[in-house]
Amino acid sequence: MSYILRRVLRAILLSFAVSALCFLFTEMAPGSFFDEMRLNPQISPETIFALRSSYGLDQPLAVRYARWVKAALHADLGYSIAYNMPVRPLLWSRAKNTLLLTVSALALTWLISVPLGVWAANRRGGWVDKAVALGSSFVISVPELVIAVALLALVVRWRILPVGGMMSADSDAFSTLAKVQDLARHLALPVLILVLCEIAIIVRHVRASVLEVLGATYVQAARGLGVSQGRLLFRHVLPVAANPAISLLGFSLAGLLSGSLIVEVICGWPGLGPLLLEATLSRDLYLVIGGIMFSALFMIGGNLVADIMLIAVDPRIRKEGADAR
Amino acid sequence: MRAKVLVVIALLLGLHLALLLAGFVAPYDPTAQNRELSYCPPTRLHFEDGSGFHLRPFVYASAVVMEGDQAGSYQEDRNHEYSLRWLVTGPSYKLFGIYESTVHLFEVDEPGRIFLIGTDAYGRDEFSRVLFGGQLSVSAGIVATLITLLAGSIVGIIAGYYGGWVDELLMGVNELFLSLPWLYFLLGVRAFLPLHLSTLRTFFLLTGVIGLIGWARPARLLRGVVLSSRNRNYVLAARGFGATDSYLLRRHILPELFGLLLTQAALLVPRYIAAEATLSFFGLGVNEPAASWGNMLSALQQYSVLVSYGWLLAPAGALVVTSVLYSSLAEVFHSRLKSHTT
Repeated sequence: MSYILRRVLRAILLSFAVSALCFLFTEMAPGSFFDEMRLNPQISPETIFALRSSYGLDQPLAVRYARWVKAALHADLGYSIAYNMPVRPLLWSRAKNTLLLTVSALALTWLISVPLGVWAANRRGGWVDKAVALGSSFVISVPELVIAVALLALVVRWRILPVGGMMSADSDAFSTLAKVQDLARHLALPVLILVLCEIAIIVRHVRASVLEVLGATYVQAARGLGVSQGRLLFRHVLPVAANPAISLLGFSLAGLLSGSLIVEVICGWPGLGPLLLEATLSRDLYLVIGGIMFSALFMIGGNLVADIMLIAVDPRIRKEGADAR
Repeated sequence: MRAKVLVVIALLLGLHLALLLAGFVAPYDPTAQNRELSYCPPTRLHFEDGSGFHLRPFVYASAVVMEGDQAGSYQEDRNHEYSLRWLVTGPSYKLFGIYESTVHLFEVDEPGRIFLIGTDAYGRDEFSRVLFGGQLSVSAGIVATLITLLAGSIVGIIAGYYGGWVDELLMGVNELFLSLPWLYFLLGVRAFLPLHLSTLRTFFLLTGVIGLIGWARPARLLRGVVLSSRNRNYVLAARGFGATDSYLLRRHILPELFGLLLTQAALLVPRYIAAEATLSFFGLGVNEPAASWGNMLSALQQYSVLVSYGWLLAPAGALVVTSVLYSSLAEVFHSRLKSHTT
């Protein structure tokens, strides 16, 4: 239990540190949203000053940060200057789409890569193993941007899937089932790109950890006792091999989030990525901070879930936690 | 295995040489526009005409068809042949930024034009732009890698060598950087920096930001190696004989890091080239008219361009080739490192 508590504490500490870092960068930034206004002779310096103070931007960094943290604890992430509305609903409406995209990509990636990794490890040196090794070493070295552009080019040329947005323009008239189908068809391409970006790393790790466990003495003993290969793999090997793979979950979340930013912009998926890009281009301070914070929280949360899953799966860690107490 | 290593190294050397000598290899200035030849498809090299086979290849001029059902497409004008010439004078350029020259590897007779992989919207030669863009993108990757490795080794060595609260503090900050999705973070940092700058300043800004964000992983790896080598018996013995910290670091610890640093460098360069390309693709990196692989690809954000003008995918191909070569190199380094330590 204390292990979980320590992990949670660490996650909270990390979140604070990330937000502090964000504010530090805003302080070092040379420009601001109001720079463009300042060039406009029709807007007086007093107006800009009043605007700045209404957003609290004339306060020193520490005061701003303290205010932001206090508000953020009440789920208020500040005010977007460009959209002229609170950041939270703005972020949340987009974050839902990003979550839908990343979670489906994550699920699909693991659903494919775990069996594939186990298969490759089980038939070491066989054709599946060789194909996986060759394919993954190629896909790993190709940049995400290129994968995304190349797949998009194929899909657009062959017109197999709809591209851009989440729904067809006339989807309001659809029945619920048709709406879900429509969404799935729009979701297919971005998910496919993300899965392709992530799958190679995961398959490799699953394969390596299964191989390691397969060589363990207790597996040989079980084999000697006549345990069938299928039962051996899934009952005795996989739970132990899952340990390093689960730690990888947090890591793969990071990759998925960064990848989803690229994919969303390229495929026109209305997630956090395009919003953050716009905010970056217009220097919409609190929106940028909110976007980064959200993605960081998602990652920290994912890591935490991975840690807790590790405890559930691996008794050695539970024991370590008890020892520490 | 050995032959494969040699092939990879030879290809890498060739690639970098071509990019270094971009001005010489490219037939045209990367910013020179031909407004009447926008989206011109790749020029075909011909060896045969009505009078028979020629050893020296030649090209025909391309022009837009003005009327008929093929209006808007390009067609070759077969009346004039323009021969390909090696090592002739052309537009002037500066080699390595200082040495002025007009000699090009190849040109075709004036007023013919050779676009080996077509032109972009402004009728700029895509081949020349890929070379010059590669110069910028690849050097950005290399410089950013150097920055990362420098920052990473300083932090890693200090944390690993001195240990104690310094180690804990540095590794805490390290975990902070590792727990950020790097692209979001990169975008965020970029958000607070000026958007429009000269190409040179953008270059250093980008490499600085990309390089400094990535220090965490190499620092962690280096710390581990320093930590284990610090407690080797011969290091302890040397310390017992009164060796100073700087002597120990120089003679016993830094040499152990060399293999890891090389492997990390070969891994990081393609990743950072991709990072620069991604930022430029989003319009946050190198601005037009200067070419980089990223901002060349951003033309493809329009689906119509993506479908109709496939040759504009050339920078993506260049990115793939570079990345695959570098990661093969990283694999070679990695397997050497493993066989060396075990």
